[in-house]
Amino acid sequence: MRADIKIKVCMGPSGIATGGADVIEAFKNEINSIGKKAIIEERCSLHQVGCLGFCAKDVLVEVVVDGKKTIYEYVKPGMVSRIVKEHILEGNPVTEWIAGEEYYNFHKKQIKVVLSNCGEIDPEDINAYLAVGGYEAARMALTLMSPEEIVEVVKSSNLRGRGGAGFPTGLKWDLSLKIKSDVKYVICNGDEGDPGAFMDRSVMEGDPHSVIEGMIICAKAIGSHQGYIYVRAEYPLAVKRLQIAINQCYEAGLLGENILGTGFDFDLKIYQGAGAFVCGEATALMRSIEGKRGMPTPKLWRSAEKGLWEKPTVLNNVETFANIPRIILKGADWYSSLGTERSGGTKVFALTGKMKNAGLIEVPLGITLREIIYDIGGGIENGRAFKAVQTGGPSGGCIPAELLDIEVDYESLALVGSIMGSGGMVVLDETDCMVDIAKFFLEFTQAESCGKCIPCRVGTKRMLEILNRITVGNAKEGDIELLEELGQDIKVTSLCGLGLTAPNPVLSTIRYFRNEYEAHIKDKKCPAAVCKDLITFSILEEFCNGCGACKRACPADAIIGKRKKIHKIDPEPCIKCGTCFDVCKFNAIMKM
Amino acid sequence: MVTLTIDGKKVTVRKLSTVLDAARKLNIPIPTLCHHPELSPYGGCRLCIIEIKDLARPVTACTTFAREGMEVITTSPYLEKLRKTTLELLLSDHPNDCMVCERAGDCTLQELAYFYDIRENRFVGEKRPFIKKDENPFVERAMEKCILCGQCVRVCDEIQGVGAIDFAYRGLKTKICPPFEKDLDCEFCGQCVAVCPTGALTGKMWAQKGRQQDVRTVDTVCPYCGCGCNISLHVRRNEVIRVSSKEDTINEGWLCAKGRFGYEFIHNSDRLTKPLIRISPKEGFEFSSQSPSFNPPPGKGGNGGVRSSPLTPHNSRFKEVSWDEAFDYIAKRLKEIKDSYGPDSIGGLSSARCTNEENFLFQKFIRAVIGTNNVDHCARY
Ligand SMILES: Cc1cc2nc3c(=O)[nH]c(=O)nc-3n(C[C@H](O)[C@H](O)[C@H](O)COP(=O)(O)O)c2cc1C
Ligand code: SF4
Ligand code: SF4
Repeated sequence: MRADIKIKVCMGPSGIATGGADVIEAFKNEINSIGKKAIIEERCSLHQVGCLGFCAKDVLVEVVVDGKKTIYEYVKPGMVSRIVKEHILEGNPVTEWIAGEEYYNFHKKQIKVVLSNCGEIDPEDINAYLAVGGYEAARMALTLMSPEEIVEVVKSSNLRGRGGAGFPTGLKWDLSLKIKSDVKYVICNGDEGDPGAFMDRSVMEGDPHSVIEGMIICAKAIGSHQGYIYVRAEYPLAVKRLQIAINQCYEAGLLGENILGTGFDFDLKIYQGAGAFVCGEATALMRSIEGKRGMPTPKLWRSAEKGLWEKPTVLNNVETFANIPRIILKGADWYSSLGTERSGGTKVFALTGKMKNAGLIEVPLGITLREIIYDIGGGIENGRAFKAVQTGGPSGGCIPAELLDIEVDYESLALVGSIMGSGGMVVLDETDCMVDIAKFFLEFTQAESCGKCIPCRVGTKRMLEILNRITVGNAKEGDIELLEELGQDIKVTSLCGLGLTAPNPVLSTIRYFRNEYEAHIKDKKCPAAVCKDLITFSILEEFCNGCGACKRACPADAIIGKRKKIHKIDPEPCIKCGTCFDVCKFNAIMKM
Repeated sequence: MVTLTIDGKKVTVRKLSTVLDAARKLNIPIPTLCHHPELSPYGGCRLCIIEIKDLARPVTACTTFAREGMEVITTSPYLEKLRKTTLELLLSDHPNDCMVCERAGDCTLQELAYFYDIRENRFVGEKRPFIKKDENPFVERAMEKCILCGQCVRVCDEIQGVGAIDFAYRGLKTKICPPFEKDLDCEFCGQCVAVCPTGALTGKMWAQKGRQQDVRTVDTVCPYCGCGCNISLHVRRNEVIRVSSKEDTINEGWLCAKGRFGYEFIHNSDRLTKPLIRISPKEGFEFSSQSPSFNPPPGKGGNGGVRSSPLTPHNSRFKEVSWDEAFDYIAKRLKEIKDSYGPDSIGGLSSARCTNEENFLFQKFIRAVIGTNNVDHCARY
């Protein structure tokens, strides 16, 4: 019997982190316990759904009664019994817990293509995917379309690789199709190593079948019979759900020999990576699957000619593959009309940082940064001033306020010194120090460099050392210029994308926030008061009422003063931990 | 075949040649540290960076196929600046102790630093420490001098088929080491030592035995086996202090552990340099008229390679003789044995250190002259 009461608990990465599993358990228990008295038990189906998108408000729970959707935010297990009792039993939604206006604004400018199933269907159930038209596109591709036709559709959809570089996907497939070989490989890149990124993870966890379907279609298009999904081992849930999905496909005849009776064979395996950022790079990833150290290899040949085990290979990102079934079903024109002239479709971003509504969003390409940050993200929290948005993760750059009206696509982001990357977007406000931000990203790339080539291995380390110098007040005149020169050279001489883009966070912050660098070097001051060695804490006499809260809290006994008398900070023992700043209720502590 | 232009000069090379191959054919020098003609292309040092017309960004010559009509520039102020930056970075993580380095005068990095006139370095910072000392008697690893060109890893894997070493760790901490950073425990062929462009891998046996300028090289053939690898003896004051092999030889410069490290016998006091005949005291001094002494050959405490203590079976002694005497003695004894016990009481064992021709002659001798099929060869058992 089809249930007309549905309870959907967000079990995306953030949902799980905030206790989604406990909430599910609570619903199960609650419904079981009341189920004895009421008939509700039969009418309820319980789904673990993928990411519902609005992570800042997790755990999100969607309750559908007779087709009417209600969304609850910040659900804790303790709230479940009231929801079940009042809403499900009595039909009165618990209004004070219902997601507010923000939740709806968050979704207004988004267009869900890749994420359309995430949060809607149970990712561990192939029937749920089939019920929303799943594997229809694969059936079409296998039975009705020639490889050339498939490639043509993908080409004219204007879909570009979502893994970062934005290479036109149709063109990539075409190159591979044209090469004759008995053995060809299709690889899905689910390595996702950028700090703070969880776009691909959400798709693999929330809608694994769409990725598999995209790969089947690609296999048919280029004539491949073996595929790999490369997922980092740090994504155990993604691995688990993909494996469940693959097993279901084998059972349903959608993978293996003679798929859907068409005579086409395609096998698919998961390969778990050990979690190195560089293994997301195409050649390093292939070496890793071959059992070698994941180090980029020179591109004498294109992967389409000699990739994995020197055989023609198509490697695409998770999101790229997840788009394919939709493009085949709804047509290239529909997809390309969603984006701009040069880049079709939508892009998923992981929106994090200082804006109100952090979360996973999907927007049409060509949307402006301002729309993303203010309309979807709800602006900066605590009424602070926006400073910059960092796109593209460790390979990208910081974009300042005056450029917020640029359209988001591959070219325009590159033009302002950043990149689209795989879709990280970190919003920074006036309390963020740009030198510190640059240092954060460089610390990551420097440590993740595979060590093969000199500019990346040693160059990024030297850049980081200069940044360190700047943030502790030991920098010299000319250090900014040295950073720029070295950064430009690394961007030209490195072997792979990691080194070629590693200086971006530094170069772009110098480009737009040079004055902050100069303040660190010349005035030995950190304007955002972040860099510990350059700030001092002091007590403003006119605000201090001698309550002594700071003195009690200071772990270094650096505050002196009698009760009811003005207190003072002794700079000598002060370790600049900022505890006094946090505990003072009278804004008497100054940090500068 | 494809024809391209490099620095304004036309050159025709085979398909799938790299731009670096083509430039070398024209004798145009392009600096490299990680390239080796016999190993797979690597592209790690980034020094062979060149510009190609209509390409947005410089590329490395070692990893770019030459294409028809390509126009290549191998040097320009911009390219030299990029190379210099790369070298400065490399040297900022190098001990720069050339004064005492084994490879001074024979080091590609030193040579490049010299040509690029790197006296002052814009970059200073953390360097990789390395203190490990291996137990083995052959390969000295001073990995703080390693520039991670990867040639040792490739030669060990691709040429030697051993795979005893590989990269480990990431970032500046990246290093080349045996598994789990244990002591090197491999075939000790020394191929890695031979390809190392710096002083990171050297031979323990030739440490502090002489600088390049007092060394004379003598080309010869390795005496160890019938392969006949070409070797070069490094000779200082008439002493062989090292063996190497040149790339343009039949063995392409590759050698095995014996050829490369097994040269100490040359000057060893235990080495046999004259024919000796074993005599037991009972037999008396049969050859004494021709050979006044049966003292062991002179040497530092040795005894002609044979122990002559009272514990030696039969209490043997040796007598130095001329070749004629030795051959006469062999002929006489073989004849005696054959006459009294028959040809099958004699057997011949030959050596892998002989050439094919020598081995052929030896079996012919045993079969035709002695008259037995009892002949074998050390490589067969
Ligand atoms: C250092 C580095 C890390 C990368 N990491 C990823 C990644 O995690 N996921 C991904 O899809 N692509 C990653 N890429 C991009 C891939 O090399 C490749 O371009 C991409 O997977 C191709 O798929 P697409 O055309 O669908 O984008 C990375 C590239 C570099 C240089
Ligand atoms: S750029 Fe960095 S990550 Fe890429 S090959 Fe060079 S050292 Fe390795
Ligand atoms: S000595 Fe030979 S076997 Fe040992 S690491 Fe070097 S190349 Fe490999």
